[in-house]
Amino acid sequence: MSRDLDMERRRFLLRAGKAGLGMAATLALSWWAHDSQGPSAGIGQAEGVKLPSFAVKGTERRLAVVKSSHRVPALRAGLEALGGIGAFVGAGHKVVIKVNAAFATPPALGATSNPELVAELVRLCLKAGAVKVVVTDNPINDPASCFELSGIGPAGRAAGAEVVLPHPGAFRPYTLPGGRLIKDWPLLYGPLAGADRLIGLAPVKDHHRSQASVTMKNWYGLLGGRRNVFHQDINGIISELGRMVAPSLVIADGVTTLAHNGPTGGSLEDLKPTDTLILGTDQVAVDSVAVGLLGLKPAQVPWLGLAAQAGAGTTDYESLNPTKVELG
Amino acid sequence: MRIVTARRISQGFFLALFLWFCVVATVGERLWQMRGWPVNWFLELDPLTGLTSLLASGSLYAGLWWGAAVLALTLVVGRFFCGWVCPFGAMHQFVGWLGARSKPLKERVQRNAPHPAQQIKYFLLAFFLGAAMSDLAARLALGQVAASLAGALVLGLVLLATRKGQGGRAYALAVGLVLVAWLAWSLLAPHGGAWLLAGLLDPIPLVSRSVNLVLLPLADAPARVAWPEPRFYQGAGLIAAVFLAALLLNLWRPRFFCRYVCPTGALLGLVGRHAIWRVGKVEARCSACLGCDGACSGAARPAGRLRPAECVLCLNCLDGCPENDIAFAAKLSAGGEAAPDLSRRRVLAGLGLGLAAPPILTLSGVLGTNWNPALVRPPGSLPESEFLRRCLRCGQCMRVCPTGVLQPVGPSFGLEALWTPVLNNTIGTSGCQPRCTACSHVCPSAAIRPISLDEKLGKGKYAAQGPIRLGSAFLDRGRCLPWAMDRPCIVCQENCPVSPKAIFTRVAWETVLGGLIAGPATGNELAVSGKALRPAALASGDYYLQAGGARARIAANGAHSLGLTPGADWRTPAPGAPLSVAVRLQRPYVDPARCTGCGICQHECPVSGKRAIRVSAENATRERSHSLLLKGAGPG
Repeated sequence: MSRDLDMERRRFLLRAGKAGLGMAATLALSWWAHDSQGPSAGIGQAEGVKLPSFAVKGTERRLAVVKSSHRVPALRAGLEALGGIGAFVGAGHKVVIKVNAAFATPPALGATSNPELVAELVRLCLKAGAVKVVVTDNPINDPASCFELSGIGPAGRAAGAEVVLPHPGAFRPYTLPGGRLIKDWPLLYGPLAGADRLIGLAPVKDHHRSQASVTMKNWYGLLGGRRNVFHQDINGIISELGRMVAPSLVIADGVTTLAHNGPTGGSLEDLKPTDTLILGTDQVAVDSVAVGLLGLKPAQVPWLGLAAQAGAGTTDYESLNPTKVELG
Repeated sequence: MRIVTARRISQGFFLALFLWFCVVATVGERLWQMRGWPVNWFLELDPLTGLTSLLASGSLYAGLWWGAAVLALTLVVGRFFCGWVCPFGAMHQFVGWLGARSKPLKERVQRNAPHPAQQIKYFLLAFFLGAAMSDLAARLALGQVAASLAGALVLGLVLLATRKGQGGRAYALAVGLVLVAWLAWSLLAPHGGAWLLAGLLDPIPLVSRSVNLVLLPLADAPARVAWPEPRFYQGAGLIAAVFLAALLLNLWRPRFFCRYVCPTGALLGLVGRHAIWRVGKVEARCSACLGCDGACSGAARPAGRLRPAECVLCLNCLDGCPENDIAFAAKLSAGGEAAPDLSRRRVLAGLGLGLAAPPILTLSGVLGTNWNPALVRPPGSLPESEFLRRCLRCGQCMRVCPTGVLQPVGPSFGLEALWTPVLNNTIGTSGCQPRCTACSHVCPSAAIRPISLDEKLGKGKYAAQGPIRLGSAFLDRGRCLPWAMDRPCIVCQENCPVSPKAIFTRVAWETVLGGLIAGPATGNELAVSGKALRPAALASGDYYLQAGGARARIAANGAHSLGLTPGADWRTPAPGAPLSVAVRLQRPYVDPARCTGCGICQHECPVSGKRAIRVSAENATRERSHSLLLKGAGPG
């Protein structure tokens, strides 16, 4: 009998012990998880990234304007005029080429960076000692289709570049120091992380809202999210983009200019032969030359003035003593 | 090798092949991309797909004849497709095996006992066949002989397969009356049609849809093989619910879907029950261990009177028989055989309901004036009445679409449209890309007929008829920034891919700030008073100072000063003159004559929820009666 009671007591103690542990665990966990404040408004904001300057010391204020109807020789001659690709790309560098792959249109329609030009630039960078060349953009149309149809993807890969398409993990929040529009905005940071050099390569295009789309507008493709809200202040956003990115080099392809129906084009009739490739380290100056191919003066294009005011460069490109090359 | 091992290898192989085809249905030239992979092969093998498509549309498109090959082989060896090929069947077999694994023999025998509910699949088959041949009589009159022959065969099959009820004469009279009524109605009624509703439950479309629109997007989100960005499909929950329910019910009854629901299995059962080679007992008397009944996937009762129509040829019975009393041979089972227990009345009721379904559903007017303009169909889609005769709801077009704009229609659009493709421009990476015809070439039943790029863009020999229009964009001026909110925007115009653009703009000036008074001017600097300005607020390039009738663009501003970029007609206002500030707006307009309804504008519109420019199906090329603009009228 006493043995039975003993067993009974032992079982009770065991059960009481388990219940006690369960109570303690429940209360401890709820204590630990307890939040007396509730979420604040800015919840979920990740740490922002910083964008370093990719400008190469000693190459400031360089500008070359090459007249040619052939892109590849024009690119070589233009780079030569700027001091050679070696002035910008050196051994061991990771180089990012930001192309304009915005639309899923074939290269002949001129709405995207020319694939031959992309390939040649990739090859030159690799030849100059770059260990890795990344070609990237966050296009407007379906990214995979854009890179394939524009020919940029196949050409870049064939030349030895890594072609990086945007995906959600590649974007990180970014705030432009002193910026008004680019605040806590998703930036296509993945391909830029760890890069030593950044080269912008964009076609010269008509744009109904901003009048022209050249190398500064091309940085739009580094933004993610619903970036189209910035069209409310197109001049403001382009000038902020010019401040956001300090490139190693920008190249405006005006061998043909998308003179009408931009920036999408869609017909060969929208193109105009203008036989000009503009290269430089001052993107405002490069774009100021480029808008001339569309029949515009820099003063007529507000974003050029705003970018110059903000210190991104100068619209007075003649003051840079541009090297003019005629390849005929 | 054991025969069930061979069967499992076959099932595993075909399931893997099916999944491979789902993965490679990606536009591209790499090995794991589309290239020349026959990604529709399983859909084509499914004989119900082919038969209903033939009945409803009048022809057997492209690879759909594979279904005839399956039917032909079924006449010889029975339901080999169900037991050895069908990828959905393989899934059921596996889950059923999981559920039965630890059950004692007695319970397994009980679970595998024939059940009256096995009739349901035949009624469903009758319903779907009826819906597909609803207007067959009318089409016979139009000379669609092949479809009509197939319809006659179907009716014959139904009558042959069903058990005679009592009261033969009265019954025959009833059938006769129904048939006469149907024929008369079908010939006389001006509307109605025949719809391919089978895709709702047809196993291969069902499993294709489920894998393509549910499993693959889930699996690919971290892997990013099929798509560079995560994929989204509206209403994936309902598709998944049907799929998962079908799978999980196997835990209760093995091959639940195959036994009770599968209309393709019903068709193959009816066709294959007289197969030359079949499973059966060699000797009628055996030790009655019931091992075969406990293992039978199809609930065909191999130990007793065998039901050959239910046998899915899993061959578990043959494999497990300790007395080797079961064989796959060219003779009837020694234990006796039973035809499917089908009441003619019920099958005819199913058929009759099917025949009546399209006319009843058509009463909502969806093929008439009450058509749904939200149904923006992919490029190359047939007119809606023809489209519904062919669309399998398999999801191949939505799978292959490189932008993911093609989405399954939800239940709110009606049963006839459920899970058919529609463009939803607020999902996916873009609208319908002008230089893409992928969906039209993947569609296994030509509900989206194959089109060339020239035809889509209206080039070459199609120049006279112009591009294929999916619909037209319409502006919602109450939501549009430049129309309703005095903010410049025109993202829609910028992104319109048509040349010349189908969205054009007209400049409007809206006064946004008044009550300013001119002060002294120095060069292009003008002092102003009357109101303090927020520094740089007017310097965006979109604001202009108005004085008299002239305007000058504001390039910079302080609290009481303006920097101007004057035009030729600008005269510096005299001190004290009233001034105002206007915003220069480019307001978008759509030209429906040029708009192709691609939806890229809608996708890009910065009004992120309900867009300020939206495509609806008015003016779509596929429906002449929905055209918008009178040809030859207007100034252009």
